[in-house]
Amino acid sequence: MLVAVTLFGVALLLATACFAALAGARPWASAAVYGICALMSAIGLVCAGFGIGAPPSVISLPLGLPTIGMHFRIDALAAVFLAVVDLGGLVASLFAIGYGRRERDPQKVLPFYPAFLAGMNLVVIADDAFAFLLSWEFMSLMSWALVVSHGRIHENLRAGLVYILMASLGTLLLLPAFALLAGSAGQFAFSAMRAHGPNSTVALAVLSLALIGAGSKAGIFPLHAWLPLAHPAAPSHVSALMSGIMTKVAVYVFIRIAFDLVGPVDWRFGMAVIAVGGITALLGVLYALMQHDLKRLLAYHTVENIGIIFVGLGLALVFRADGMLAAAALAASAALFHVFNHSLFKSLLFFAAGAVQNATNTRDMDKLGGLIRVMPKTAIAFLIGAAAISALPPLNGFASEWMVFQAIFLSSNLPQWGLRLLTPSCGAVLALSAALAAACFVKAFGATFLGRPRSDEAKTAKETDKTSILAMYILVAICVFAGIAPFVFIALLAPAVNLLTAGAMQVHPLIPWQPLVPVAGSHNSYSGLVILVCLIAAIAATALFVHLFANRITRRSDIWDCGHPEDNPLTQYTAASLAQPIRRVFASVLFHARETVDMPAPGDTRAAHFCVTMRDPAWDKFYVPPAKLVGYLADRINPLQYLTIRRYLGIVFLTLVLLLMVLAIWE
Amino acid sequence: MSGMLVMQIAQTVLAVAVAPLLTGMVRKVKARLQYRTGPSVFQPYRDLSRLFTKETVVAHNASWLFCAAPTFVFAATWVAAAQVPTISFDVALSPAAELIALFGILTSARFALALAGLDIGTSFGGIGSSREVMIASIAEPAILMLIFVLALVAGSTRLTDIAFFVASPSVGLRISLLLAFVGLAMIAIAESGRIPVDNPATHLELTMVHEAMVLEYSGRHLALIELAAALKLLFYVSLISAVFVPWGIAPSGGTFVQYIIAMTLYLFKLAVAAATLAFFEISIAKMRVFRVPHFIGAALMLVLLAALLRLVSQSF
Repeated sequence: MLVAVTLFGVALLLATACFAALAGARPWASAAVYGICALMSAIGLVCAGFGIGAPPSVISLPLGLPTIGMHFRIDALAAVFLAVVDLGGLVASLFAIGYGRRERDPQKVLPFYPAFLAGMNLVVIADDAFAFLLSWEFMSLMSWALVVSHGRIHENLRAGLVYILMASLGTLLLLPAFALLAGSAGQFAFSAMRAHGPNSTVALAVLSLALIGAGSKAGIFPLHAWLPLAHPAAPSHVSALMSGIMTKVAVYVFIRIAFDLVGPVDWRFGMAVIAVGGITALLGVLYALMQHDLKRLLAYHTVENIGIIFVGLGLALVFRADGMLAAAALAASAALFHVFNHSLFKSLLFFAAGAVQNATNTRDMDKLGGLIRVMPKTAIAFLIGAAAISALPPLNGFASEWMVFQAIFLSSNLPQWGLRLLTPSCGAVLALSAALAAACFVKAFGATFLGRPRSDEAKTAKETDKTSILAMYILVAICVFAGIAPFVFIALLAPAVNLLTAGAMQVHPLIPWQPLVPVAGSHNSYSGLVILVCLIAAIAATALFVHLFANRITRRSDIWDCGHPEDNPLTQYTAASLAQPIRRVFASVLFHARETVDMPAPGDTRAAHFCVTMRDPAWDKFYVPPAKLVGYLADRINPLQYLTIRRYLGIVFLTLVLLLMVLAIWE
Repeated sequence: MSGMLVMQIAQTVLAVAVAPLLTGMVRKVKARLQYRTGPSVFQPYRDLSRLFTKETVVAHNASWLFCAAPTFVFAATWVAAAQVPTISFDVALSPAAELIALFGILTSARFALALAGLDIGTSFGGIGSSREVMIASIAEPAILMLIFVLALVAGSTRLTDIAFFVASPSVGLRISLLLAFVGLAMIAIAESGRIPVDNPATHLELTMVHEAMVLEYSGRHLALIELAAALKLLFYVSLISAVFVPWGIAPSGGTFVQYIIAMTLYLFKLAVAAATLAFFEISIAKMRVFRVPHFIGAALMLVLLAALLRLVSQSF
């Protein structure tokens, strides 16, 4: 029943896509399409809500391949991700009702947007390899179309090319993964795969393929390269969906394969996942720190958060492999909760960045500044999102990272020495990346919203429209609520966590103000509510003291700056200069950051120049060599184009002989 | 329950009451060590009352964030400092006094202050903020490893549990705790902006961090920020004394005499800490800002070593 309703919603979304294609650029099309999308997402969200505690709901449709058909299923895990997808879809559509009005080519965005939503819904509810791969490709293609929708900008076309290559690579790897799972009998339904677990060698191959295949979509290092190119290129509500939601769909695929379909997983694979997650988290945030494009910075932060999620998943895998099911449940809850949290604050931040881009026509932080005065509501929304993603209590980002840290603390009971040493160092790496994330958002918020405006556009920007603000504040409210009452969400995630960890988690009665406790009997507890109440009480006491005893006269005056105020706003610290200390500490080795100063001699009146150059190790090590190889081979094969007809006939004849010989030997 | 609440309130008020005294003591000892008379140990109270009675001057372009930040920074630091057990184990908020969360609250305070430093759009504010977040981000892994070591030793990250465990006679001398102590002391110096990482007594020095960030503040705003800085120092001193020398802290259901003893001992520990800090500060020179990662890196290595030893054997 549930899955049927969800599929109906998907069908309506696809119909909306066709309708949008017909409607073209008519003025009413945008509001109508996004309105319908919001409604359909709301329906999907309700289905997901019912699906979380309910027994699996299954349907099979006589579509697709003749003998197989298509199977769809909503179990607790799918319901959790369905909720993430549809909540994201709902707020993105709401945001787009206002935001999309200023779209220059709506006919290039509108038809693909509902189809993209439909694709993500389908991936999550697919229950056989055929339905899954079809939906996965559909989702990739639709998001690609959205990435190149502003194709007149050369950069976006390049982003589209890299993205389509990486998406094809991902599918290319997932295809054999499912083929191996299906086995020689060719059983494509997930239920059949679950019944016949593969042997350990095959399982390892499947897991590696799934990690790379799904990981390339999620953005683990070094497969993240497309992400910071493609996510910012799309319109902002699509960026929010791609960065906040589509990466989570990829995480879902990894969870579905690693925790559900392959059966027991060796702890060594879990260890690899932890290591990959740690590296991804740290490098993601360091990349982000080096950016001055607001949306690209946010895209790199997605890489960081995917790293945190994968650390949680890896921990869950090793704990499960070693039979520590309670700890596995903690790590899995932490990962799933972070999936949910990240989808919230990443969407929120992209919305705010989109509002800024619309108001100022730029994403370059070095041309912004002072927007807190002209766009106060957007500024507060961005600030809350920034605090949440920087893992500051009492917001939701802290709650899920706290759980990851508590899971890491439990790792000292693991039997394997390698893990006992790796996980604490991974904890240190996560702590470093959390602190760097805070530094990065001090930079992003400071350069964009604080200080003095660095351009006329920033000075004259106007606050964004009301529906966009509504969408942002819905997310702000959920972020705050999930921060002070995380237990509500942990309880909602419990059925899915039980699915992943063989029923290790007891489902408690739902008391919103209950503090988080890592495992039963532990004394460590965290309550966002208590911290919030303490903070409010302390603020109230301070305000009362100031009101009663302090001099309350405030005089406005000129900037002090130690007596040397500089009138030109370009002398302020920019995004690059704010990151300079961290660049010197970390990037000089990692990114080969070099600073060159061209200072004219005394008396010379030409301008001085300061230039920072950086290299991207992922491109240098992992992308350029294969590209060079392809180029080299292409050069070698190139002469074949210019042969005479006799030579071509000769080559055809030789090939034929060769093939016949192969066939003869084979027989 | 009501007793716990009373103790919590007492501890909260005590924190804010003695924080300027600690700063005053450090300054006094430092002055004496430099053969100066130095101002009275109560001078910070006079400074604060002077700042609170002066009018507050704010730049024309300051936003609400600039004006709200001092209150938030002070409140958050206060909440963190009040949760460290100083006179009693049995306080109402002890379940909330979990170390990761405590440091998280301090990170929130720092986040707000670093943003406030950028609000006016001056170079000094930018230099201070960018350095502050750099130092903080390097210190963070060391802090987490420290919490990990303490959790390994005491089996909990709740501060009252750790203090209670260390206070129990069964603990004895442990190398991992010793290393963690040195590590925490180094982190404390870096985080509370003392020499050799930052110098709270200077202005207009190229290496300054905290003072550059708060340069635009005056009047009651500055008073709150100064008080927050004093509270942060008190937080670290109280944390060190609670974790490594928890003796004298009154157990649950303690008598009045026990509380008096706890209080006296606490003040004594503060005096010792102030003297040690002052002695350390006069015997070392301020570091270049890009040497700070080496300093904090050493702290990280020490706590990593502690964790490693502890993982190898329970007896370390």
